[in-house]
Amino acid sequence: MAILEVKNIHKSFGKEQVLKGIDLSLEKGEVLAIIGSSGSGKTTLLRCINFLERADKGEICVNSQVIFDAQREKKYTEAEIRRSRLNFGLVFQQFNLFPQYTVHRNLTLAAEMLEAKGLKGEDKKRVLSEIASRADKLLEQVGLSEKKGAYPVELSGGQQQRVAIARALMLSPQILCFDEPTSALDPELTGEVLRVIENLRGDDRTMIVVTHEMEFARKVATRVIFMADGVIEEEGDPEEVFTNPKSEKLRSFLSSSLEKF
Amino acid sequence: MSFLEVTQWLLEGFSTTLLLFAFTLILSLPLGLVLMFGTTTKFWPVKILTRAFVYIIRGTPLMLQLMVVYYIPGIVFHYSVLKWPIFGGNVPLAQFCCALFTFVMNYACYFSEIYRGGIQSIPKGQYEAGQVLGMTKSQVFFKVILLQVVKNILAPVSNETITLVKDTALANIIAVTEIIFFAERALNLHNIIWPMFYTGVFYLGFNALLTFIFNRLERKLSYIRS
Repeated sequence: MAILEVKNIHKSFGKEQVLKGIDLSLEKGEVLAIIGSSGSGKTTLLRCINFLERADKGEICVNSQVIFDAQREKKYTEAEIRRSRLNFGLVFQQFNLFPQYTVHRNLTLAAEMLEAKGLKGEDKKRVLSEIASRADKLLEQVGLSEKKGAYPVELSGGQQQRVAIARALMLSPQILCFDEPTSALDPELTGEVLRVIENLRGDDRTMIVVTHEMEFARKVATRVIFMADGVIEEEGDPEEVFTNPKSEKLRSFLSSSLEKF
Repeated sequence: MSFLEVTQWLLEGFSTTLLLFAFTLILSLPLGLVLMFGTTTKFWPVKILTRAFVYIIRGTPLMLQLMVVYYIPGIVFHYSVLKWPIFGGNVPLAQFCCALFTFVMNYACYFSEIYRGGIQSIPKGQYEAGQVLGMTKSQVFFKVILLQVVKNILAPVSNETITLVKDTALANIIAVTEIIFFAERALNLHNIIWPMFYTGVFYLGFNALLTFIFNRLERKLSYIRS
């Protein structure tokens, strides 16, 4: 059974049609890499799935339940969208950590507001300490336990992105999305972030990674989608897509992104 | 007049200066927020009205505004501000309130623009990061955005605040008995000019205190850097 189904998603900004009918479905535990040149619509697709943009047309289903249908007459309320969002986690290109909070607080803030709401006394204490220890574990997992009291500005870009990944995992989303997670990093820092993402595989964790790192996509993804001009031009397992591209567009994209100079 | 007598006069004037300063600040800081919501709303009639208001206030001298508030009711409606029943015939109170009203309007406009800049300088990603973590819009604003805005606007707000201390001297032209008013009285009655220069000491002393407070606040928030 598919954990995520995206059906016929369209999105325009003004006159410009960015997504022209995207269909994809994802099984639990799959790691999907989305590649394509800038302007092909891959980030917009990810933002539609996370409701940072509303698709103009199409449907999004999680576990066979329709959580978004652009055709529905009643507009989606903020609360409905918020609930749907919790199926997903999103890691941004620019990390977007909260600068006024410590690393640890960055992780616990949202969880406390969701899970400790309305609780009092002992119950609240128990939930809060559970959240704190969950944050500790995740920071250990991304190798940043000793930075839990630091502020984001004191960390390198790679460390900030690892914190952002841990933060996205705090709410245990079913599907974890990455929007070009290493594009804002210095080349020598991309490795540590990609390794963390690679280590997240398994545990039946479903991931969608929009990326320019072809080697990474090839090694870590279970499936690759190549987007061009707002449509899925080609898709398949990584070996097939990278060694035996069928379309002319993918062939020229691959050759231009592999030859660096 | 002895030094001590002059000091007593000036202190009396400076207490009025401080009152005008404090009330203006207390009232204009929140009013600026209201105005900012007006200038940034999607409801266009409110937006146009508030923006026009801000434009007029920022585009004309504060001294002119003081005169408009003080004289226009008497000239146009033949009903002088000094005779309004709410002041109960208390002329200094009426003058003080005219000055306070004008200062509050003027500074609220400047603060509204400072707030607007402060909020717009927060990257969109901060809102989005809060949203994808399941926060409500108000949670995002109060838990994520607000403190960053406060940090961003602290320097321009402190600048305006120090300007306000000095701007209170303008209230002199509608006979508010602030510190310059007393220095002028010393000049007129006793033919001595030095009290006028002496007023500078009061302004400098008070602004030193404000600068110290704002510097501490800035240091306190210096850990927030994006």
